[in-house]
Amino acid sequence: MLKAKIILVAMGVALLAPQVLAGATPEEDRKETVEYFKQMFPEVPLKDFVNGQYALNEDRRAQWQSLQDFPPYEFAVAEGKEMFEAPFANGKTYGSCFENGGIGVRQNYPYFDEGTKQVITLELAINQCREANGEKPLKYKKGDIASISAYMATTSEGEAFDIKVPDDPKALAAYEDGKQFYYSRRGQLNFSCASCHVQNPGKWIRADLLSPTLGQPSSFPVHRSKWGELGTLHRRFAGCNKNVRAEPLPAQSEEYRNLEYFLTYMSNGLPVVGPSTRP
Amino acid sequence: MRKGLIYVCLTTLALGVAPVVLAGPSQADIDRGKELVFSRKDGNCLACHKMDDGKLTGTIGPELADMNTRYPDRGILFKRIWDETQFNPQTVMPPFGRHSILSKDQINRVIDYLYTL
Ligand code: HEC
Ligand code: HEC
Repeated sequence: MLKAKIILVAMGVALLAPQVLAGATPEEDRKETVEYFKQMFPEVPLKDFVNGQYALNEDRRAQWQSLQDFPPYEFAVAEGKEMFEAPFANGKTYGSCFENGGIGVRQNYPYFDEGTKQVITLELAINQCREANGEKPLKYKKGDIASISAYMATTSEGEAFDIKVPDDPKALAAYEDGKQFYYSRRGQLNFSCASCHVQNPGKWIRADLLSPTLGQPSSFPVHRSKWGELGTLHRRFAGCNKNVRAEPLPAQSEEYRNLEYFLTYMSNGLPVVGPSTRP
Repeated sequence: MRKGLIYVCLTTLALGVAPVVLAGPSQADIDRGKELVFSRKDGNCLACHKMDDGKLTGTIGPELADMNTRYPDRGILFKRIWDETQFNPQTVMPPFGRHSILSKDQINRVIDYLYTL
């Protein structure tokens, strides 16, 4: 057993999958990505990519739309709003930690913090806010943090993602690290994120329809029927890692934050539509 | 097992062929192969390939059919399942042998089954 684990770790990140992105800058990468998926799905309007698999298949889309009258995350969003507005023990609220009181800011996350030289995701910022105000941090994959993040997303509905890679070698390194993660094969089954979401979107893997890279983070947090509740983007990352029998990383680890940085940069210009539902 | 071997030797003799160690697969071998191909935790080949009476099959790989005609050389088929990245570095098909997802024996049973398609 132990031996098997060691072998798996050794096989971990050995091979680079096809480097579809050869752009010299993040902006060139993004343009290449947009072009690539436009060519792959010429009939899909650019904005629709935020709907993931539903942008690619009419039957799936119809099923999904029929569920939209009573979205299963409504209650969680209302709870998220309540928590967001409730004062901490010291009398301050979440709003005090964010620009514009935290309303309509989702599209700017994650960002590179030039002070601490790291990528700050919305969920990390929520917990940093709690800790700065003497509260215990929340668990990262589901529950309260997903509800608060979902509420904050609703206040940015329709706003275009505007992720920046500032002129700082550390920022570019964080972006490159995320990109490298997305294109590196890992796990016993030897897949990169790109194997599924760049090479094969629109195809079925058993009964699952694969979504494209473009727009992937826009709907998060999502309510999956499989989960029966809301989950954060990093919960999804961990799930996709596990599916290929790779060791999942902790939510909000540096690797996953850099991955989110790259992935969200690719969706710049596309609207925030979270939360949403997924199978 | 022993009984099976004796049986195989007898049939080869009866057919007048020089007794060789290699014999065709038994029905049990073929059944085992199908089990490995269909099971989600072993081959899970249906995740990507349509074949036989498989349900909910994926569309990432080509349909597997006509294997006898298309793969007269069993060795080639073995190598592709062992590690398809040797033939196509960009493939998404998992390297079943190289990454110890299936053992040599298991791959051989998978092939016994594939040759019935
Ligand atoms: C073996 C295939 C496979 C691999 C490899 C894979 N995923 Fe996925 N991923 C899926 C499937 C299946 C789904 C669910 C259908 C969909 O939305 O694409 C999914 C969903 C997602 C979603 C949610 C999309 C949405 O609209 O809800 C994100 C984000 C995602 N994957 C990111 C990643 C990242 C990042 C990696 C690499 C760490 C990765 N995936 C690796 C198969 C894969
Ligand atoms: C994740 C997807 C995936 C899985 C799982 C998978 N394959 Fe494949 N397979 C492919 C793709 C894609 C090709 C096309 C060739 C290539 O990519 O190099 C292929 C090609 C093949 C070929 C050659 C096809 C031909 O028509 O000549 C054979 C044989 C094959 N696979 C057998 C298997 C077997 C047996 C299993 C399970 C033990 C399996 N595959 C699992 C994706 C997959």
